[in-house]
Amino acid sequence: MTGDARQGTVQRVGQVIALAGVAALLALLVWKVAFGNEEGAADELARGKVVDAPAFDLDRLDQDGTLSIADLRGKPVVVNFWASWCIPCRDEAPVLEQTYRRYRDKGLVVLGIDVNDFRADARRFMGKYGLTYPIVYDGKGSTVGKWGVRGFPETFFVDRSGKLVGERISGPVDIERNRDAYERGIALALGSKQ
Amino acid sequence: MSIRAVVAVVVVVLAAASAARAAPNPSDLEAELVCPTCDTTLDQSNAPIAQRMKQLIRQHIAAGWTEERIKADLVDQFGPGVLAEPPKSGFDLLAWLLPLGLLVAGALGVGVIAWGWSRRRDDPAEEAADDRPLDPELERRLDAELERYEA
Repeated sequence: MTGDARQGTVQRVGQVIALAGVAALLALLVWKVAFGNEEGAADELARGKVVDAPAFDLDRLDQDGTLSIADLRGKPVVVNFWASWCIPCRDEAPVLEQTYRRYRDKGLVVLGIDVNDFRADARRFMGKYGLTYPIVYDGKGSTVGKWGVRGFPETFFVDRSGKLVGERISGPVDIERNRDAYERGIALALGSKQ
Repeated sequence: MSIRAVVAVVVVVLAAASAARAAPNPSDLEAELVCPTCDTTLDQSNAPIAQRMKQLIRQHIAAGWTEERIKADLVDQFGPGVLAEPPKSGFDLLAWLLPLGLLVAGALGVGVIAWGWSRRRDDPAEEAADDRPLDPELERRLDAELERYEA
């Protein structure tokens, strides 16, 4: 191979490598734009879509073992995202406990998902407010994106078939501005017509 | 003072110095850990969970925990995302190696291009090509243009 030919080959290889690098970066950008901002279930629900409650399998704080959304299939569920450092969560904790006691004979489960919190702080909170409903621990916040949670507390309603029903409640439940939505969500989860 | 007493004093002083060195600095730790709800380091966040984490870090330091133990406890609660810098092991090692690899590849690429340019400049055949006489027709047109320009 002559010097010119070798030089040409080296340059072509360099160009191919540079082009491959640019193509890889472009592909990453396209992937990020297409899939990086994945919608949470709450956003789909707000647009009127029928949405399955996003899956999770998390350690329980109220007892040993884990609990997944699949374990609750066949039961109406009120899913509440909370944390011990969240001040409005303190206001709604007694309401959620009351809801659980009132409807558990009808099969309704209130499920707390404790997010971005210390386990010990969460357990202290549960003891302080006398919470008896099941609570799972999500320190890493792995459920937040899938469910489309934007702040704490937030509450969702899941019917017996595992579908989200009603509307997402942002902020503490059963206050004046969302009392109707809270009661409607429970009724829809239970399968009563509203 | 006996030699034994001097040795004992030296040992105690060294042990105290070592213990002082081992105690983590809360400010350093706050700069190396991320608030899970706001994605900034703890030292730049006043979010409730960040404040609670700072408080617990100080409590753990007071209880004699090492930096490694404090970080391990926080990773256990909040996952590896709580560390501002990814761990230098396993899959996370890629985060450290990839930029270095890209830097080396970039330097190699620049080297190859520079080498190609210098080869072309030193190439006698290319130099000879530069010295070739112009095409007579082109030379005639160039002269005509220059004459017109000067006029």
